[in-house]
Amino acid sequence: MSDSNTKPDVAAARARLEGASGREYWHSLEDLAAAPEFRDMLEREFPRQAIGWSDDEDSSQGRRNFLKLMGASLALAGLGACTKQPTEYIMPYAQQPENLIPGRPMFFATAMTIDGVAQGVVAESHEGRPTKIEGNPQHPASLGAASGFLQASVLQLYDPDRSQTTTFEGKTRSWSDFYGTLRGALGQQSVKHGAGIHILTETTTSPSVADQIRQIKVKYPAAKWHSWDPAGAHSARAGGVQAFGQPVNTYYDLAGASVIVSLDADFLSLGPAALRYARQFSAQRRVRGTDTAMNRLYVAEPMPTATGSKADHRLPLRATDIQEFAWALATALGAANGPQSGVNAEVFKWVGAIARDLKSHHGASLVIAGDHQSPIVHVLAHAMNAALGNAGKTVSYTDPIEANPMDQVASLEDLVKDLDAGTVDVLLVLGGNPAFNAPVEIGMRDRLQKAKLRVHLSQYRDETSNVCQWHLPEAHYLETWGDARAFDGTVTIQQPLIEPLYGGRSVLQVLNMLTDQPLTSPLDLVKGYWTGQHKGEDFETWWRRAVHDGVVPNSALPTKNFTVRSGALGTPAVPIPRGDALEVLFRPDPAIYDGRFANNGWLQELPKPITKLTWDNAAIMSPATATRLGVMRQADLNYGAEGSPMVRLTYQGRTLRAPVWIQPGHADGAVTLHLGYGRTMAGRVGTGMGFNPYGLRTSNALWQDIGLEAKKTSGTYLFATTQNQHLLDTRRHIYREADLAEYLKNPAAAHAGAETPPPGLTLYPGYKYEGYAWGMAIDLSACMGCGACVVACQAENNIAVVGKDQVRRGRSMQWLRVDTYYSGSPQNPRLYNQPVPCMQCEDAPCELVCPVQATTHSAEGLNDMVYNRCVGTRYCSNNCPYKVRRFNFYLYSDFETPSLKLARNPDVTVRSRGVMEKCTYCVQKISAAKIDSEKENRKVRDGEILTACQASCPTQAIVFGDINDPNSRVAKMKRERLNYSMLADLNTKPRTTYLASLLNPNPEIEA
Amino acid sequence: MADEPQVIEMAETDIIASVYTLGGVTDQIAGVVQTKHTPIFWIGCFFAGFTLLMMFFASATMLMVKGVGIWGIRMPVMWGFAITNFVWWIGIGHAGTLISAILLLLNQSWRNSINRFAEAMTLCAVACAGQFPLLHMGRPWLFYWMIPYPNSMGVEPNFRSPLVWDVFAVTTYLIVSLLFWYTGMIPDLGTMRDRAKNTIAKYVYGILAMGWRGSARHWSIYETACLLLAGMSTPLVLSVHTIVSFDFTIAIVPGWHSTFFPPYFVAGAIYSGFAMVLVLAIPIRAAYGLKGLITDRHLENCAKIMLATGLIVAYAYVMETFMAWYSGNAFEQQAFWNRMTGPYATSYWFLVFCNIGSLQLLWFKKFRTTPILLFISSIVVLVGMWLERFMIIVGSLAQDFVPSSWGLFHATRWDWATLLGSIGLFIVLFFLFVRALPMISIFEVRTLLPQARVREDTRA
Repeated sequence: MSDSNTKPDVAAARARLEGASGREYWHSLEDLAAAPEFRDMLEREFPRQAIGWSDDEDSSQGRRNFLKLMGASLALAGLGACTKQPTEYIMPYAQQPENLIPGRPMFFATAMTIDGVAQGVVAESHEGRPTKIEGNPQHPASLGAASGFLQASVLQLYDPDRSQTTTFEGKTRSWSDFYGTLRGALGQQSVKHGAGIHILTETTTSPSVADQIRQIKVKYPAAKWHSWDPAGAHSARAGGVQAFGQPVNTYYDLAGASVIVSLDADFLSLGPAALRYARQFSAQRRVRGTDTAMNRLYVAEPMPTATGSKADHRLPLRATDIQEFAWALATALGAANGPQSGVNAEVFKWVGAIARDLKSHHGASLVIAGDHQSPIVHVLAHAMNAALGNAGKTVSYTDPIEANPMDQVASLEDLVKDLDAGTVDVLLVLGGNPAFNAPVEIGMRDRLQKAKLRVHLSQYRDETSNVCQWHLPEAHYLETWGDARAFDGTVTIQQPLIEPLYGGRSVLQVLNMLTDQPLTSPLDLVKGYWTGQHKGEDFETWWRRAVHDGVVPNSALPTKNFTVRSGALGTPAVPIPRGDALEVLFRPDPAIYDGRFANNGWLQELPKPITKLTWDNAAIMSPATATRLGVMRQADLNYGAEGSPMVRLTYQGRTLRAPVWIQPGHADGAVTLHLGYGRTMAGRVGTGMGFNPYGLRTSNALWQDIGLEAKKTSGTYLFATTQNQHLLDTRRHIYREADLAEYLKNPAAAHAGAETPPPGLTLYPGYKYEGYAWGMAIDLSACMGCGACVVACQAENNIAVVGKDQVRRGRSMQWLRVDTYYSGSPQNPRLYNQPVPCMQCEDAPCELVCPVQATTHSAEGLNDMVYNRCVGTRYCSNNCPYKVRRFNFYLYSDFETPSLKLARNPDVTVRSRGVMEKCTYCVQKISAAKIDSEKENRKVRDGEILTACQASCPTQAIVFGDINDPNSRVAKMKRERLNYSMLADLNTKPRTTYLASLLNPNPEIEA
Repeated sequence: MADEPQVIEMAETDIIASVYTLGGVTDQIAGVVQTKHTPIFWIGCFFAGFTLLMMFFASATMLMVKGVGIWGIRMPVMWGFAITNFVWWIGIGHAGTLISAILLLLNQSWRNSINRFAEAMTLCAVACAGQFPLLHMGRPWLFYWMIPYPNSMGVEPNFRSPLVWDVFAVTTYLIVSLLFWYTGMIPDLGTMRDRAKNTIAKYVYGILAMGWRGSARHWSIYETACLLLAGMSTPLVLSVHTIVSFDFTIAIVPGWHSTFFPPYFVAGAIYSGFAMVLVLAIPIRAAYGLKGLITDRHLENCAKIMLATGLIVAYAYVMETFMAWYSGNAFEQQAFWNRMTGPYATSYWFLVFCNIGSLQLLWFKKFRTTPILLFISSIVVLVGMWLERFMIIVGSLAQDFVPSSWGLFHATRWDWATLLGSIGLFIVLFFLFVRALPMISIFEVRTLLPQARVREDTRA
């Protein structure tokens, strides 16, 4: 702005225009256009060179711009007038851009943030449309893997329910209308030094957002910045402060840990570094040939999680008992002084053995406190890790990665205080959905309305938008520039792949409106910040490198040594006698997290780890608790058709009616409620699904508390689950496992009792596979059942979402499923996860029975499915012993919604009604790699083809390749003694085989 | 006709009542068709059938518009009512062919009273059965891909698939049955032509009679043709249901994959077919006063065949279970254990009651000669045989190899509408036949009269 004193008086100008008519009107318009303040505003709104071709000399920059612009124009061709499209953007496709080959995808590194922390991804772009998210191998939090959340974010981008316009009280307005209103409101704030300005964001680690807010604070020193994330690391933050006197960031190195104790930490599947931890953890459990070292995992947790399923010893404890367990363990390790025994013998039964195991691995062990445990458990974990010499080895501490580490509950309460005082003039809610997910006693929904000007920036018009006057569409991370830190502080420049589909803007852009800087593009905002930060020579090269790699080199925060303050521990709380009161647990949902993914069909339909429940949450409890409450319903095959009983849950005077889900292995006397369901304004997919536990969640008990009452109530509820039978039938030898010690004694221990027909047991001579022979091996020791592969498969192969009713009827379409089995007592069963894709049998039962040859065998051993030829007799599915075929009972694929068409992988047919489909080993990827290799006159290299499931797998459990090549990874795995075929006795000769699971139990502990 | 006096006096060895004369037989059988007076029985049955048929059309239309998802089929039970109905209807058809062909070759002259409508029943049943393989397809408009025809795609059907064998088996069965039925009717069509008063009827019967004049040469050619067609039909009685049973035995599903399905299925088919013959014969002979032509002896003979085939079926149940245990195969054992104790146990034990329990009453002559009891037990057997197919198909698929994929089939209203609708189709077709064509073979019944016996004896 040239002159900061003259504010564009838009309101006055509009008033002038409104009062005019006819000739006078035009005259006024001309006047207005000529007015310096108007020009000024115009300059800010549409900076001439904000986005464009200013850096055309920089070929990569220009190309990238071109791509996203072209992507936008293609995308918008179908969308009509959703956004204003400056003509300078449009380029005729006749001029082929350099390096862009139609039909060949391009890949761009960027990052997605969850609770503010970045996870690096590589997005696949087909002619300008991002279609698939892969992990970024160079990013420390990803190492190449991508979780279900990351995978499904691409569907969120194209979600037709995303908000598409800026609105004021429900009426469509333009961004400049908003800008005018905002500037008007800010005008009154400069006298008050911004005392009426409140900004409520989600947790953010973005250096440039922090910088923007710093600038705003310079101008409006009294402005307040609040943060709230319902599923954030509140306890870890508080625990850090309690232990070290300052907020710290803690992360682990599982590669160096031989003995790991998890105190209710689902570190393998939840959290910003889960992908990395899973990779490191499984690498320490890989027994191959002579490498027979294995780590050992102890998990104490209330609700079985993916991490719990990998435990060598899993101890189901109520979440509030974990504290007692942690005290006892710390005392046994000499790190604290607490009781060594107590009323609940379960808590103490393994403490001695675990402590001895930990002590014998000094510096190579690890105690991990769960994000949902109380701060004291975090302090105890810090103390134990210090006592075990793990600090600096397997545990690293840095300064916080958050831009503004704060007690978020306190910050919300502060906001509420100001709201009640009526001093909140401008409230900017940037992202998040506090009206839905703030602690219930705060009553955020009603209190928000006390702010005078309420603005909500969000991807969806949600519960919070409903109580704000202004709703602003937020740009998706694939649509805008940004930056964020990973778990260790490593910065990723988040680059867009496509212009905002619905004219959304980012938090950065909205914050920019508060500063006196001219409105510029998000690229300029981010790049501008980093230009200032970069010290060395040649910023442009550095920038391009950072953007290209998806990682800013050497940006990880330096590790520091912190010591636990003496007295940080205090004295152990006396365990409260609990009588009949139940414990209530609030946990983020494994599929839709805190509710932010509620409108994402892929995630809603993802069978949650362990429960295999889709589209719902539930009051999850153990069989014993259910029996006590009189709501026991034996899980049986009829789960989808018969209702489950309902309970009325009462906690602190608030009630919630929820259906009961009985979970073997859940701690007795506790009820787990997954957050995020019960949305009232999520969109067509998420609205009205499940039950809203936020209605019970108070700031005193964000994660768990004693004092829940549950009573059976009338009515039943129908769940949609993809698996009804969980009991492992050992006579079938479907899932094989052995203890490490057994295996070392007898390498065939896992296969005891199973029959495998000798090779060549057939009347017909076998087919000789001359060229490639594709095969897959799945390491059951590694798989933890997180389900990332299922979402990856859905994204890669255009698999339709069928909805709750159809899942309930047994018609989910996912080509890959992860089966969960239990064995042992219902109190504490062993948990098994088994991913089941198509086995690609060499003697495939499905092929024999198809009357029209719609499924046939390829010369490379693939069991091909020809959709065009299929007439839908479904005989193949009946004859498939593995039941991996999926049938389009209805027209499941959406052929209508324009934006969803953009999300499709162009290399894979979208299946129509009446057609069978199934896993193809990602045949489109095989073909692409073969074409490449043939052009270069070579064979496809091992590892060149990564199937979607394999690429996404955090634990690298899935390996695909050519089994004709004896040196390929898959061929080597298949030579392992642990290798077996599922249902081998049928002699179908599956190309997908499994490595039997190995456990490494502590011989001191009786299983 | 119902108002005619019923005199049922017959000796032990007589097949039909002794009061009949040659002319009387013709008058009575032709009179059913050639009258302006349509009995209320016919109108009632036809109307009921027609209502069900409309339901069939409605559900088929719904199916075409929305897809097979309207049924209860799901993963892993990909076949439900449709294939059950198909096997059930095809099985029912078998009795007609057995009566007309095998009993003809075996010179069982008592069959002459019932073979015509039993064969019509076969055709109607095959027509019903034929609907289901088409309807159950995901994309029924491409049904012709199952037929080998020269095409630009250069693809043939997969001749290894039992479904392709089905196509051949069922179409062959339909064509041969139709020819046999039609050929057998030609002399009677001549009679109808000669007796018709209505001009249109005269022309229609005339065309259908193909110029039948009853000359010795005609009779000679006719009898040869009938014998040949009977010879062709005879293996079909065994082969069609054998091939249908291959749909299951070729597959590897526990509960399907077994070698004795062919005889088991054929016996079951004849069992249910005779039950259907009785279900049709008993009310019709009462309504049309045909008790002298379709006598209690016919009913008793049918009941005896039911007893024989039913016992084979019972034996199959026992052996099936024994073999599952004896095989030592965990999957087979579990499949049969689930069948008897699992979620479908009620259906299983009910079908055992229907097919084996109720059958035991047929040992008693008193029971065999009491039409109303026979009628009820035949309906029970028909229900039991339907349940048997349901049990084999749905019960086996619901719980096969991998427990994680187990799931139960729940029939939807459209499943029931299609099943009941197909019964409507059957009733409509059958009652159209009853109204328009002589339902009992006039000339063959006449050979049963004492007047004709002389010639029979001299020929023999």
